[in-house]
Amino acid sequence: MDVALRAERLSAWFGSTQAVQAVTLQIARHQVTAIIGPSGCGKSTFIRCLNRMHEVIPEARVEGAVWLDSENLYADGVDPVDVRRRVGMVFQKPNPFPTMTVYDNVAAGLRLNGLRARPELDRVVEESLRLAALWDEVKDKLRAPGTSLSGGQQQRLCIARALAVKPEVLLMDEPCSALDPIATAKIEELLYQLKERYTVVLVTHNMQQAARVSDTTGFLLMGELVEFGPTGKLFTNPSEPRTEAYITGRFG
Amino acid sequence: MTRPMRRRRVASALVFGVTAGCAALTVSTLFFLLGYIVWHGIGGLNWAFFTQLPKPVGELGGGMVNAIVGTAKLLFLATAIGIPIGCFGGIYLAEFGHGRLAFLVRYAADVLNGVPSIVMGIFAYTLIVLPMRQFSALAGGLALGIMMIPIAVRSTEEFLKLVPLSVREAAWALGLPEWKTIAFVVIPAAYRGLLTGILLDVARVAGETAPLLFTAFNNRVWSHGWLEPIASLPVMIYTYSIAPYDDWHRQAWAAALVLMLFVLVVNGGARLLLPRRRAA
Repeated sequence: MDVALRAERLSAWFGSTQAVQAVTLQIARHQVTAIIGPSGCGKSTFIRCLNRMHEVIPEARVEGAVWLDSENLYADGVDPVDVRRRVGMVFQKPNPFPTMTVYDNVAAGLRLNGLRARPELDRVVEESLRLAALWDEVKDKLRAPGTSLSGGQQQRLCIARALAVKPEVLLMDEPCSALDPIATAKIEELLYQLKERYTVVLVTHNMQQAARVSDTTGFLLMGELVEFGPTGKLFTNPSEPRTEAYITGRFG
Repeated sequence: MTRPMRRRRVASALVFGVTAGCAALTVSTLFFLLGYIVWHGIGGLNWAFFTQLPKPVGELGGGMVNAIVGTAKLLFLATAIGIPIGCFGGIYLAEFGHGRLAFLVRYAADVLNGVPSIVMGIFAYTLIVLPMRQFSALAGGLALGIMMIPIAVRSTEEFLKLVPLSVREAAWALGLPEWKTIAFVVIPAAYRGLLTGILLDVARVAGETAPLLFTAFNNRVWSHGWLEPIASLPVMIYTYSIAPYDDWHRQAWAAALVLMLFVLVVNGGARLLLPRRRAA
């Protein structure tokens, strides 16, 4: 297996509460890996550890290692800012920059990292919006405020914004939880195309979604990785009784 | 109707009446004040008031152009001193302020806000007027500028804190360093609020008299540069209204009207700028 990202005995705390318990797993390149589990199981916290976003919360703490290729993202001297440039993230609620246009939202990451050349920006903005399956809907309103789009469009705008800086891995933290079924279907379709070029980690509370779009699934319960394996097997023939109990709807 | 029920209704009506009465009193005080000043001041307003220097004592007519320009100069200097310090302090509190130091800064700002304005005047007097042996626009501007700091600090902090965490997180997740996140994402998202805070701050010190009395002092002719005594509307109002000449009283009313209208317009402008509440 071609491994893009590897978590090694990764634990995370909020103050003295441990939210993630020594999770070890491997994320395969150019695949969608889903993390499922009931509310509060630590799946969001886990994914936020993968690009060092967990530590922005006061009193949050992480132990263990995350290997991106051969580099430990938690090694001494690694700048979280650089990590986040290589591991992008899409959040639960669409969060376009409120004062920026559609174009500026997508260009923000490049521009603020110093890219000024207009033709290059134009090219990346179009490419990113196409990748996010949003281009046809917004190509005539690139100058409109990002917040003027519908919720589903805003979320795809945020995906385009994340893609524009060309991350090696894209983390998605319940990207459809604030969207209606049609917008959700669009994003799921998009995930299918994205994995040709990107490695995607998807956190979702929606088991059907994980079953539909992911290649590998991990089941997280109370911060512990209960089972991790091919999506087909995990949903049809889980090896752990707790996984079976969860996917058959006995709790969660 | 049962007795407890009647008692509740009476109490309710009473409380409603008292609160509504006080609310009406608040508004009517403003309108009474405005009306009174317009009534007395409108007669003194003429072209000469805005274009001529004060006439020598005893002569009728003249205007306050030097005081109008003087107030503008003082407010400009005060803004140039107070706003950068206040805004950067506010940014510190909103973005990096945790723990004891932040508590200290906030506390200091609140105390500074409560310091009597005449004390600010004494401070600027000691700091600038005494060593330079000269009343000056610089000293007046400094006194007003210091008064602007605490409000700028707190309003900047409040408006920056209104920018949701999710917007900051979006910027961090793009690999933007903290300072770029603040400068290019958070501040633009809050700029209307920040501007409102600055305008209200300017309006607040525009009418201050006490800190100017022994810093900027007064001047019946033009003040050149920043190191000469300078006239200002509030001090002119004070000087003219305690003088024994009717013509001066008339002009003091006119000056009060101009100052009041300025504050009103700035306040109104600030309200217009304030972001309308949107669903997040």
